Amino acid sequence: MLAILDYGAGNQTSVRRALEHLGIPCAVTADTAVAESAGGIVFPGVGAAGQAMTILRQSGLDGILRRAAGRGQPLLGVCLGCQILLEESEENNTKTLGVMPGICRRFEDNLIQEDGSPAPVPHMGWNSLRVRTASPLLAGIDASAEFYFVHSYYVDIAPDLVIATTMYGREFCSVYGREGLWAVQFHPEKSGRPGLALLRNFYDYCREAAHAQ
Amino acid sequence: MLSKRVIPCLDVRDGLLTKGIKFAGNKDIGDPVESARRYYEEGADEIVFYDITASAEARGIFLDVVERVAEQIFIPFSVGGGISSVPQMREVLLAGAEKVSVNSAAVQNPRIIGEGAAAFGSQAIVVGMDVLAVPASEAVPSGYEIVIHGGRRRTGLDAIAWARRCQELGAGELCVNSIDADGTGDGYELALTKAVARAVSIPVIASGGAGEPRHMYEAVSEGGASAALVASIVHFGQYSIRDCKEYMASRGAKMRLTW
Repeated sequence: MLAILDYGAGNQTSVRRALEHLGIPCAVTADTAVAESAGGIVFPGVGAAGQAMTILRQSGLDGILRRAAGRGQPLLGVCLGCQILLEESEENNTKTLGVMPGICRRFEDNLIQEDGSPAPVPHMGWNSLRVRTASPLLAGIDASAEFYFVHSYYVDIAPDLVIATTMYGREFCSVYGREGLWAVQFHPEKSGRPGLALLRNFYDYCREAAHAQ
Repeated sequence: MLSKRVIPCLDVRDGLLTKGIKFAGNKDIGDPVESARRYYEEGADEIVFYDITASAEARGIFLDVVERVAEQIFIPFSVGGGISSVPQMREVLLAGAEKVSVNSAAVQNPRIIGEGAAAFGSQAIVVGMDVLAVPASEAVPSGYEIVIHGGRRRTGLDAIAWARRCQELGAGELCVNSIDADGTGDGYELALTKAVARAVSIPVIASGGAGEPRHMYEAVSEGGASAALVASIVHFGQYSIRDCKEYMASRGAKMRLTW
């Protein structure tokens, strides 16, 4: 079972629908016992870093995420969830969870896309990945697959943690992590079949990890 | 680099499509949920639903459609038609839409744009503009005037000035529909698309007039649009979404071709 961490994130229902469509058992939950006994945690997110951190601290859900990372419970951060797993965010200079080393930065103004057209912020729409490191998360996904992005900030993380990058006026990290702890800047729950395949890969990893124990 | 988007638009009345859609095999489908699923499978990058229901009781039927769509298609979709308040926006977003589109209501009460953006983020707020070509005048120097209520009422607003204002107020995207080109199949009103795309930095969706994939390519190249809205060109079985996207890619537009 996957726990979708419930802290009122705008996309938690979409994530649940996508997992249900795949026949993956899941629950949207803020209950520590439920989340900690789950085979893996999906950490969704839409909105501002500061507000999300306030809710996570007040509800104590930040502890669930830190402990998951510490004891190797599989974790998948999505969009804002991907950003606030890092140490800090330039969005209102917020100190974030610090589960992974790195900083979340705002896209510079006046960036230009490869065809010479402007790259206004937010970066919104379909874009592709350049895979840097093979990962079970991306297994079986076509190299030309595109994913749906909506964000104004991007993660700046050590190169050895970068799994894939995306071009939008600049190259930025769109998938990062290490085994069992991954994060994606795009919305797999809104990225058609490749996005569903990524969620399925995460679930398959969680099941294998549970069996291995 | 972002891909250009192809967005089929579905008109819904009392929970059904106003006109059945012909898919491959000449099968006529009147159910908006089933049609959306088919367009999703054909490679639509996003889908727009317009609720043209007038009555309040049919609103519930429409929200049910939105929820059922959200359970079956895993790409973004937006919802428009009759939305004039933040609570109404919240309803459709909670039902599973990514974006809401406001049109006449924004002209009558521009504050709704900012209120929506503050509550849900600019990326969730699309302003739909219906535009009529008129002789250029002092009030309408561009020669493009905003009309409302399906084109029946002129407003005296210049389309370019209105587009800039919508951006300032917090709109995340503009859907620019030419009343003159709509339904002709002769191509988008490119001069209008281009003028709006130049005036703002937010994405512009070209709407009204697509009759061939060539027109869609023109909208995203010469017109400077980020997306092409389509209706009859795909609804009547003439072209599939895949046909349109492959053609646009063959001309050099960056398109999402794997799904």
